[in-house]
Amino acid sequence: MNLLLTEEQLALRDLAHDFAAHEIRPYAPDWDEKESFPRSELAQKAVEVGLWNIAVPEAHGGTDIDAVSTCLINEELAWGCAGIATSIGGNSLGSYPLLIAGTDEQKERFLRPQVEAGAMAAFALTEPNAGSDVASLATTAHREGDEYVLQGRKCFITNGDLADVYVVFAATDRSQGAKGLSTFVVERGTAGLSTGKKEKKMGIRASNTTEVILEEVRVPAANRLGAEGDGFKLAMKTLDISRPSVAAMAVGVARAAYETALHYAKERVQFGKPIASFQAIQTILADMAMAIETARLLTLKAAMLKDQGLPYTLESAMCKAYATDVAMKVTTDAVQVLGGYGYSREYPVEKWMRDAKILQIYEGTNQIQRLVIANQILR
Amino acid sequence: MNIVVLIKQTFDTEAKIAIKEGKIVADGVTQIINPYDEFALEEALRIKEKSGGDVLVVSAGGEKVKEALRSALAMGADRALLVETEGAAVDEGIVASALAKAISGLSYNLVLSGWKAIDDNSAQVGGRVAETLGLPQVNVVTQLTIEDGKALAVREVEGGTETVEVPLPALITAQRGLNEPRYPNMRGIMQAKKKELKVVTLSELGVSGAPQVAVKNVVLPPAKQAGKLFRDDVATSVAQLVQALRNEAKVI
Repeated sequence: MNLLLTEEQLALRDLAHDFAAHEIRPYAPDWDEKESFPRSELAQKAVEVGLWNIAVPEAHGGTDIDAVSTCLINEELAWGCAGIATSIGGNSLGSYPLLIAGTDEQKERFLRPQVEAGAMAAFALTEPNAGSDVASLATTAHREGDEYVLQGRKCFITNGDLADVYVVFAATDRSQGAKGLSTFVVERGTAGLSTGKKEKKMGIRASNTTEVILEEVRVPAANRLGAEGDGFKLAMKTLDISRPSVAAMAVGVARAAYETALHYAKERVQFGKPIASFQAIQTILADMAMAIETARLLTLKAAMLKDQGLPYTLESAMCKAYATDVAMKVTTDAVQVLGGYGYSREYPVEKWMRDAKILQIYEGTNQIQRLVIANQILR
Repeated sequence: MNIVVLIKQTFDTEAKIAIKEGKIVADGVTQIINPYDEFALEEALRIKEKSGGDVLVVSAGGEKVKEALRSALAMGADRALLVETEGAAVDEGIVASALAKAISGLSYNLVLSGWKAIDDNSAQVGGRVAETLGLPQVNVVTQLTIEDGKALAVREVEGGTETVEVPLPALITAQRGLNEPRYPNMRGIMQAKKKELKVVTLSELGVSGAPQVAVKNVVLPPAKQAGKLFRDDVATSVAQLVQALRNEAKVI
């Protein structure tokens, strides 16, 4: 595999691995227990090395890296902790709409503070009654002079309590359905913007997930991203870009579980032999290794297509669904290999199993991914 | 302040070492910058950040060593120089002569390196380079201050530390504790390729001669033996322990 990667890509992966191994993994169980994102412990370190928001290009203070590198980095960060990778990834997710549709002025204003000062971003699309059915958003935005007035309620928003900028999707014309959605950047501290309930989650507990409430929130028209009515397309384009990152995170979580299961199987002695010497365990380990390898290859293929400017919607959906299903299977099997110890919080595999579940759900459920795939192959 | 940092590429500290036909198997083993050299590099970068200047990293070895030099460039070094020794029989003496030759014509105020490499632990190269260039040297340094054309170096000695003052230019070798090396950052990694990496061969430097040291064999340390437990009552156990220490281990 390494033969396909450039020296820079490998160096970026190694950096992310070292960072994950020393600054994330050792603290992950504690952050998971505390159910809070360790911003003060992590932000400055991640800003220094450039991992706080890897989507920001050099022109706005970040680094120009390709989609392959983005995946390699996400695999390593999630190998460290999927909750942390989700939070840092939330900055990127909130930045892609800016990168796709923002003016230079908007990009500079909202991206540079993230890579230079540890500001955070949130992507506010999901609502209580609009998950997979994005077009049915109930949040509205109506124009009054040079401003828009936003009204509505978003839920399951990553970085909800932490974000300095929220990229909010709202209907500017309800009668137009998907074609009536628009996108706005709302800055923290804007009157009427607040956060509601903080979710108590099964996994990725180091990430912050909240409701975001918009009550008569006035934003300048200059904060609109793209044209009125471009919101749905912008959301879809954003998710196209981010799906390989979620897939890469899934590979990272799966790899963490696999490595632990492999190590444990060699050490754990039953019936007078290491359990790795039993074929019942060997086939599990072999299946894990095979699934992780194929998931990574498919993920990197999607990234390579993107880097070459080729269509990648199909592979993007495929890798997201496939790699996250792999992560669920591999982490579940890792718990099985470790038996009672795997179920205990003394070992990290139960956390990875809890973390893996959300990967099948967020940024487009795996059922929606399969619809995207079907749409593409039935054309 | 122009600083030269001598680095060596070594096996990763976590690498599994295997030996075949008296040689360490290098295939598939992750290579890193020798950790002691990394302390030296970090110190050079900190001095540069404080008082400006230029950091040149120099290493000797084959093509693969360019990876270590690029890592150093990614951490913030300005330029790199590889003394190409691919295929040549070298020992510490030849490497040190070549490194000294490679930097002798340059303008520098300070040369830094690790006090030893973690692979063969010979601790030869830094000292030999200093001798060849006629530089004062301070070894095993845990704290370094550069001011008024002098280096104040705190070094470990048995039972304590001593502070040595030397005029610049000087050669200082780093010990663990000198600093905590930084991660390369993403921008540094992307810029590393654009930085200068020169290659010079042994013959271009006019360095020749046969190694004075020949490695006869390389062996792994013996596997750790299982411990022995004495489980009887204390008096009997102590007697057995003393017997074992005297007759089996022969340490008393």
